[in-house]
Amino acid sequence: MTALVAIAGLSVALPPGGDRPYAVRDVSLEIGTSEIVCIVGESGSGKSVTAHALMGLLPRGLDAAGGSIRFDGREILGQPAQDWRRMRGAEIAMIFQDPMAALNPVVPVGRQITEQIRAHRSIGEAAAMQQAGDLMVQMGLEAAHLHAFPHQLSGGQRQRVMIAMALSLSPRLLIADEPTTALDVTTQAQILDLIRTVQKERQMSVLFITHDFGVVSDLADRVAVMRAGEVVESGPVRQVLDDPRHPYTRALIAAVPRLSGSPDPLPPHAPVLAVTGLSKVYRRGGGFLGLGARRETRALDKVSLTLQRGETLGIVGESGSGKSTLARCIIRLADVDDGEILFDGADLAKMNGRGLRACRKRIQMVFQDPFSSLNPRHTVSEIVTAGPRAHGEGAKEALARAAEMLALVGLEASALPRYPHEFSGGQRQRIGLARALMLKPDVLIADEPVSALDVTVQAQVLELLDRVRAHMNLAMLFITHDMRVAARICHRVMVMRQGRVVEEGPAATLFAAPKSDYTSQLLAAIPGQSRLEA
Amino acid sequence: MKDFLVRFLARPQTLIGLLVFAAIVVLALGAPLLFPRGPFTIVGMPLLAPGSPGLPAGSDVLGRDMLVGLIYGARVSLLVGIASTCCSVGIGVLLGAVAGYYGGAVDDVLMRITEFFQIIPAFVLLMVLVAFLQPSLFSTVVGIALITWPQVARVVRGEFLALRSREFVQAAKLLGESDLYIIFRQILPNALPPIVVVGSMMVGSAILTESALSFLGLGDPNLRSWGSMIGASRSAMWVAWWTTVLPGLAIMVTVLALNFIGDGLNEALSPRRRR
Repeated sequence: MTALVAIAGLSVALPPGGDRPYAVRDVSLEIGTSEIVCIVGESGSGKSVTAHALMGLLPRGLDAAGGSIRFDGREILGQPAQDWRRMRGAEIAMIFQDPMAALNPVVPVGRQITEQIRAHRSIGEAAAMQQAGDLMVQMGLEAAHLHAFPHQLSGGQRQRVMIAMALSLSPRLLIADEPTTALDVTTQAQILDLIRTVQKERQMSVLFITHDFGVVSDLADRVAVMRAGEVVESGPVRQVLDDPRHPYTRALIAAVPRLSGSPDPLPPHAPVLAVTGLSKVYRRGGGFLGLGARRETRALDKVSLTLQRGETLGIVGESGSGKSTLARCIIRLADVDDGEILFDGADLAKMNGRGLRACRKRIQMVFQDPFSSLNPRHTVSEIVTAGPRAHGEGAKEALARAAEMLALVGLEASALPRYPHEFSGGQRQRIGLARALMLKPDVLIADEPVSALDVTVQAQVLELLDRVRAHMNLAMLFITHDMRVAARICHRVMVMRQGRVVEEGPAATLFAAPKSDYTSQLLAAIPGQSRLEA
Repeated sequence: MKDFLVRFLARPQTLIGLLVFAAIVVLALGAPLLFPRGPFTIVGMPLLAPGSPGLPAGSDVLGRDMLVGLIYGARVSLLVGIASTCCSVGIGVLLGAVAGYYGGAVDDVLMRITEFFQIIPAFVLLMVLVAFLQPSLFSTVVGIALITWPQVARVVRGEFLALRSREFVQAAKLLGESDLYIIFRQILPNALPPIVVVGSMMVGSAILTESALSFLGLGDPNLRSWGSMIGASRSAMWVAWWTTVLPGLAIMVTVLALNFIGDGLNEALSPRRRR
């Protein structure tokens, strides 16, 4: 097999003053004809920089400091801009993580495809549109979708449009930069399938960038593992996944949570939180003072659940399933339309003002986004002591407890006078957890607390959450889209879809023998099961 | 903070703006010490050209020292500019914050009031207000604040709308913090950059508005401002250019300095432009 792309000794320098001198250093990688190569790594590992260097799209300030990139035997690193322009799209095409950001929102998607075709080939609009329509059909869309605007399509459909656009000039190499990361697991499975199919049909080479070992296992012929700008291990996928040589690869693979081995359910006790028949309808529009016409979306439809002390209940679902709305309704960040939220015998759904404030103190939340969940203008000590101070605790005692609490979540007291931007994503989640625990809550709601984190950090934070739950005898409501994560930490699991509960049961039995078709579909769609579950 | 200063002072225009503005402030503050006789004293023949003995900027139609007038005028301009901007930012921040934070019906009502002020020709409203309240420093400040707060309110409301759905604001609600605390301690510090930028630009436009009012004779009759100097000298414009050109230049230089400072702040504070 001849290599279509041969990267040898590629180094890209970072501007001075960064945390390391090179974005990528001495990277060598070959992509054969009709081969799928995955680059896998955590954030900041240099995998995207490598891909961008291959497209000649390094951001300003980053320059290749050495090495070579040969495409079909020809050196392309440092070639003039017009040569790059001729190659991009025609020889090398790229798809991105966020198709909404990559598509122009005010132009129908068909026009965006023909624009690309006509930039490289001298054919008429009608002929190009014909080609675009054929491509759309091959991508599993309908020709009618050509006239749709990006916002009228679903995330999966948009990614299909992106792939159609990328394939419109029959490139020999497709670079895919985390193309399924923002998608639901079932949609991800379809898109991966599509990429595999078109790759086979067209004998195309694919460079696929991902952080997910499951995807690697299902898709790749060969894999390169990157860390801190260097390739630590590369080889055929079977060899790297089944017999990893480098300790980092081993750690990464070990950090992927498994679907089996969930904790056993607790013996039943009186619940601390009992939700019955919770319903929520979102109304949009309404115009001035709500006098106009409204559109309604049923976000929650008669959802019931119970939660006891020391127990973790997982709420699992795809986007739009209502799982986050459920959390927001329980702590009354959103108003409830109907139903009961019994917390220690009192109905939260009917509370207001002071009573609600007193109850909320005992139900706290950890948020998804480690960047927006901490106020960038407050120091860690202000953030962590905010709750106790709001409830009248003295500043001195609060500060003393804050230091203890930081120790509990694995941070040093020296973090107190610093600002959030000085911390990594995992550390920020720890700060957010410390903030919630300062009020000594009975119930902790964790809304996707690890989905923005790298897999090794994810494992640490999950372990911490579980330890804190046991230590403080917390009842934890754990919301996630990731079945593996739920399996790792939850005693019981509830699967939601379109605002309804599909299935509920002990985690171990639910994952091993799902009762509903929907749960089976979700489980089947998880990538990499054959290899990672073994 | 150090990063901010480095970015802020990196542009030469900002530095020039700051130096010029500082010089004007020093002169304005020192005016009573430098010229204890005040700006209305007649010191010589009328319409003496700049450079006449003892009159580096000449004299005006009544034989008053132009230089003294210009420096005393700076006091009025700066006072009006800064005081009216403070009032305007105060009203705008309060209403914008409440509208943006609470949303819904509160927002609807407050924004309709804001639009009410925006659709009336601003300068006409200002003239009516000042005439109604009797021309004075106080009425000028109040009038200018009343016609300029809507733009602050709109900016603040937009920032609050974007920030109130951030997770740290939801966390603050769960922790039991009061709305007042959330608005002023959690959200406002994050909304400050655009407010500071708008404010610095507004000082300049308030000075222009005050000059226009004074030119029309609606300024405080007991104070000499740049606008009233131009207004009083317009009959002599063709025979003694300095009587109108020099106050005009003073206005231009001051507003330009303030705009340079505003641009610098915008460059340094606005995250969109940060690389």
